[in-house]
Amino acid sequence: MMHAHEDTSRRSGFSRREFLKGSGVAAAATALAQQSASVAQEQGVEVVRGKKRITVEVNGEPVSVEVETRTTLLEMLRYQLDLTGAKPVSTDGSCGASTVLVDGKPALAAALLAIACDGKKIQTVESLAKPELDPVPKAFVEHDAQQCGFCTPGFVMAVRAFLNQHPHATEEEIRNGLNGNICRCGTYANVFQAVLSLVKGGANG
Amino acid sequence: MANYAWPSRDEAQVIGKKTSRLDGVAKSTGTAKYTYDVNLKGQLIAKALGCPHAHCRITKIDTSPALRVPGVVHVEVLRDAGSEIEWQGEILAVVAAETEGAAAEGVKAIRVEYEPLDVFVKDYDLEAAERAGRTSSGGGRVQTEREPGPNDDEDKFADAEIERLLKASKYVVEGFYGIDPITHCCLEPHGSTVEFKDGKLLAYLSTQNVSGTDDGFARDLNLTASDVEVRCDYIGGGFGSKFAPDYWGVAAARISQKTGRPVKFMLDRDLELKLAGNRPSAYLKVRVGADENGVIQVWDSHHWGTGGATGGAVSQNVVPYVLVPKNYRRRVTNIKTNAAPARAWRAPNHPQACAISQTVIDDLARVMGKDSYDVFLANLVNATNGKADVYREQMRIAAELMGWKEKYHLHGKGPRNGSIVEGLGMALHTWGGAANNSSCTLRIRPDGSVESWCGTQDLGTGTRTVCAMVLAETFGLSPADVRVNIGSSKYPVSGASGGSTTVGGVSESHRRAAQDALEKLFALVAPKLEAQAEQLEAVGGRIRVKGAPQRSISWKEACALLGDMPLEVTQSYRSGTPSPLSSSQVAGVQMAHVAVDLETGVVRMKKFVAVQDQGLVINPKTCASQIYGGVCMGIAGALFEQRIMDPETGAFVNCELSDYRLPRLGDVGEIIVHLYEPDSERQRGVVGNGEPPVISPIAAISNAICNATGVRVPVAPYTPQRVLEALQRRA
Repeated sequence: MMHAHEDTSRRSGFSRREFLKGSGVAAAATALAQQSASVAQEQGVEVVRGKKRITVEVNGEPVSVEVETRTTLLEMLRYQLDLTGAKPVSTDGSCGASTVLVDGKPALAAALLAIACDGKKIQTVESLAKPELDPVPKAFVEHDAQQCGFCTPGFVMAVRAFLNQHPHATEEEIRNGLNGNICRCGTYANVFQAVLSLVKGGANG
Repeated sequence: MANYAWPSRDEAQVIGKKTSRLDGVAKSTGTAKYTYDVNLKGQLIAKALGCPHAHCRITKIDTSPALRVPGVVHVEVLRDAGSEIEWQGEILAVVAAETEGAAAEGVKAIRVEYEPLDVFVKDYDLEAAERAGRTSSGGGRVQTEREPGPNDDEDKFADAEIERLLKASKYVVEGFYGIDPITHCCLEPHGSTVEFKDGKLLAYLSTQNVSGTDDGFARDLNLTASDVEVRCDYIGGGFGSKFAPDYWGVAAARISQKTGRPVKFMLDRDLELKLAGNRPSAYLKVRVGADENGVIQVWDSHHWGTGGATGGAVSQNVVPYVLVPKNYRRRVTNIKTNAAPARAWRAPNHPQACAISQTVIDDLARVMGKDSYDVFLANLVNATNGKADVYREQMRIAAELMGWKEKYHLHGKGPRNGSIVEGLGMALHTWGGAANNSSCTLRIRPDGSVESWCGTQDLGTGTRTVCAMVLAETFGLSPADVRVNIGSSKYPVSGASGGSTTVGGVSESHRRAAQDALEKLFALVAPKLEAQAEQLEAVGGRIRVKGAPQRSISWKEACALLGDMPLEVTQSYRSGTPSPLSSSQVAGVQMAHVAVDLETGVVRMKKFVAVQDQGLVINPKTCASQIYGGVCMGIAGALFEQRIMDPETGAFVNCELSDYRLPRLGDVGEIIVHLYEPDSERQRGVVGNGEPPVISPIAAISNAICNATGVRVPVAPYTPQRVLEALQRRA
């Protein structure tokens, strides 16, 4: 599974050059897409269309989806799989609201093309609800680390990933390690307390 | 009619107890459906072409290339050739397509030609605005203890009197203070997912106003408001900017009407920041004179600022803020700029007024060489809201929580640790927060289930939970036993969530409906328990005789007495009606402790204390969250966020979240919240607290920076660059 991405790229005969043309000017703001935009601008706007079928594991279930090459992982999750937990807040993902785990590592679904996830394991916030409620969302509820709640799923996933790597984080590590997410309502003090309770309580399942 | 009242602190079973929000798990596991998340079968995705120029005329617009883009289904032109555009981002056309990618590609394909017109965005530069003909008077007021004589020219008298009072003052402070515009920056952008079908419109709208937005859609589509249902189960932030369908919401509905398909049209981030709400700026020149105790005797100010292309500056009514001396002259100049109109921003006018006037009090302390706390304390005699005693007590509590006495040093006189200096600052605020109009329909079914409907919404304050707690308290049940329905224009009308009015409003309507229903139920139960209805109480899931708890029946048994028909009650509260359940006017005191790096100009939050009155607290958990959140938003405005416009072109240059700086978890320091709820305040009933905590932080932080460095950084946000500039000016 580790090298699935490279394998499927070869299998589909997808060259890097075609990919750049295919992603076009309207693609999400990844480094690659920015390159492609400048390529397209130099050549006049030329969008090469194409779809590709990819296979991903989403929350433990294998899924086969046909996506446009310019489709972001976030668009695929939200529009094609109706998994709307990860949120579209900024096109470059700089707010962290689209955080999901890809092969166990936190990633910004808004800034990742779906085709780049072929063969990978995607874990979204919805997976934390079952079979039983994960300690992270549970602590968010207990400490009221949510107001409007729009940033909350991304924050929950960022905390999940952080605690997976730092189960015994110190207060300082918590303050330094969760700065990829923006909350406009200002729940930071509550998020901090939620994370602290998980570290102290050993409820970090 | 029941005798509406809240239970005493000792009697209360549910209210006043920390309760987790009932929709918390849905929010934190991503199953809560926001407007953006509603995917309707066959929906089109719409994206907008925003005008790239801040002021121009459209000379030509050609949408045909967009229609040729595969996947594009419809292009709706909103501004034709000949239209004058007055701010960047104004939507010219909307493209609806099968996918986001196709819609974005369609937007790029539209060809527009523009004739550029003169641009003005320098709201901070009063002289430039006057030269550009962009100013108008926003009014003013003069108040002096001495009255002009019958033959005096009033203006000349005021001039002479102000100068006399300043001359007679022991201490005079003269200064300039300001605060730049910021945006609302809701994380869920403005927008809707709409479906026009069979002559009716279903609109999922990200709104603070479900009961008041159906009409806005109906007018444009030539429907009656009853043909429209507006739904909003969850809203991803509003802060005062989401009261209307907005022209883009109406455009989505029109596209749905024309194409026969559902349409999702949410603004992209850059347009959200450019169009969908900003807070007016305020810049103030002031002279004040104080007596030997530091009590301000005379205030003379002129402030200006912009609410964009149509809105005004900060109202003169709130300058100076809360502490108003007996003699004052104030005036305001509105500046028209090429920016989108301002919208109500959490506590309209107050944060700016506080930032530009309570900094003056701190500068007075600096000039006097006195503890800022003592100077604020002395000036409580000028409190205009009758809350001087409350402020005094709140200051005492806040100082204790902050360790003010132990930490305080005179301005710029603290120890220096390498390049770091630390300082303390405070400010205080007020807000109305009276309950809004609210209606609630309540149904108790013979099986004992309780369900309510109310056309309110949850901005993030925990409205559902508050409604459930009030019903549960009244019926002696637990909040989880009650089913609360909110978020539809088809439910009983409730006011918009703005101005800290919702918790008061829904507490009124739900308590009233519940007490009425309970009275009816008691009448059925009384004969069973061989008691009078007035002798009964509902506690712990049972209805029982007061003083004889063994004579009781369970809630379910009681409801079974209803027979076949559910019991239904509708009750309303009309805003402004005197009531034992709610009131208005709150007080709050906040204190900030910051560290400033004199070499880099970086300000770090160390600790923040907020002491807040809000009358009776229904849910201490979510109530405290409002305060934590208000403080964080205030920290944002003090140290981070700022709408930056290119002064020549009027382009909003930081309209993406990567550039529009907001604080992160590691930036806010330690925050201490104290809910101030002595009996004297609790007995006033519920008062909203959404706005109050966001008012003081900017002034408190400015004062703390000044206390640390001995230098006033005049204009918020207090960025490293501005801190360094202020330090260099002193050097």
